[in-house]
Amino acid sequence: MQEALTRWLDVMYSRLYRAFMEGDRWKLYLQGLGTTLEMTVAALLFGVILGLVVAVVRTAHDQQRQGRRNPLLGFINGLCGLYTTVIRGTPMMVQLLIWSFVIFKTSRNKVLVGIIGLGINSGAYVAEIIRGGLMSVDIGQSEAGRSLGLNYFDTMRFIVIPQAFKNILPSLGNEFITLFKDTSLVQAIGAAELTYYAFSIGGRTFDYMPPLIGIALMYLAVVIIFTWLQGKLERRLRESDRR
Amino acid sequence: MIDVKNLSKSFGDHLVLSGINQHIDPGEKVVIIGPSGSGKSTFLRCLNLLETPTAGTITFEGTVITDPKVKIDQIRQQMGMVFQHFNLFPNMTIRKNITLAPVRTGLMKQEEADGAAASLLERVGLTDKADAYPNQLSGGQKQRVAIVRALAMKPKVMLFDEPTSALDPEMVGEVLEVMKDLAREGMTMVVVTHEMGFAREVGSRVLFMDGGGVVEENTPQELFSAPKSERLRSFLAKVL
Repeated sequence: MQEALTRWLDVMYSRLYRAFMEGDRWKLYLQGLGTTLEMTVAALLFGVILGLVVAVVRTAHDQQRQGRRNPLLGFINGLCGLYTTVIRGTPMMVQLLIWSFVIFKTSRNKVLVGIIGLGINSGAYVAEIIRGGLMSVDIGQSEAGRSLGLNYFDTMRFIVIPQAFKNILPSLGNEFITLFKDTSLVQAIGAAELTYYAFSIGGRTFDYMPPLIGIALMYLAVVIIFTWLQGKLERRLRESDRR
Repeated sequence: MIDVKNLSKSFGDHLVLSGINQHIDPGEKVVIIGPSGSGKSTFLRCLNLLETPTAGTITFEGTVITDPKVKIDQIRQQMGMVFQHFNLFPNMTIRKNITLAPVRTGLMKQEEADGAAASLLERVGLTDKADAYPNQLSGGQKQRVAIVRALAMKPKVMLFDEPTSALDPEMVGEVLEVMKDLAREGMTMVVVTHEMGFAREVGSRVLFMDGGGVVEENTPQELFSAPKSERLRSFLAKVL
């Protein structure tokens, strides 16, 4: 019994050693995790900017006064609608494959392609989050701003968006977590992130279990840390409400 | 100053205002009374185009503001508005609430606007609240700030949309006092209210609205002591 356990531990040790220590492989995981986090932040930033533009266009379009519809805004709004429909209506994986093997098929920088793919995907979801946040601000606030003679964009910038921010932030945290996990899909187009390294180490050592379980734990750890930070931030925001 | 011709407004199939004609002279204090749902708030909100009229024209100082080509922001800078629910900006201090519009529209520099805010706050007795946030104020204080916020734009006319309806009874007085001061200084005012005492004391003309139209209008003395229409008589019987 004890002998069997020692043997098992021995085998386990050498599997783990090969997966993580041999040839300083742990550095590759760390590098992969770094790339994954980089991609997440860059894609979210890209998504937020894109989402903000789309959300403002859509809200501006909906809030136009009757008889004063701007045809250009109508056209841009149509484009934004098409964008959200297509992005939300097709699988992320398919989108990534199209970006990599159709649109940027000559590009070697697969990390950048991955960021573009993830960012554009996330933008469609962020747009809805932001639109919901903007609509949650009492209509009286923008009426007050406009009645003072402020234009639409100043009213948005100084009055509506700062107030919407508090409602948007928690959902944006969730989007960050989703995006962080979705970066693992980018492995399929060959961007060297965490899953990519784990997969290639598994291939080289003919042993997939330790690297895959290993990265699963890494993803989980990051998500737990981030969820904790998010909770702290939300509590802080709620306190400032009681000011 | 304001000329309203054939103003109609409908929300979908529901006709809220039908064919209103009104002329408001500079310095007039027009008080609008009437049962809820009579269209009085909608009428007021049409004057600065917070609601877009379905038909008819509104002329302000010689400019037809219902014309789609008019730069409405510039018109609104000259028309202050006070809301039932104050609508102060909760994300800014009181000072910033007051100075935001004058600074952003280029009416004043920041220092100039800060000075103006200080003297406006002094006038309504809220000097010590300049650095407070709106949710630290009582309802009456909020509404007084909302009034001076509109005044900071140096408007030519002030529109009041039931300014005391959301207040505790004990706070109504302090807000009406500020409005009476404003009236004494000669400001042109259009006030939608349920405060009949205010209408009688301050109004130079009272409009009674019902069913989307002006049923009766007169000086407050005449209107309250000798109502002509049956509808007004029964309304007054209920509210007085």
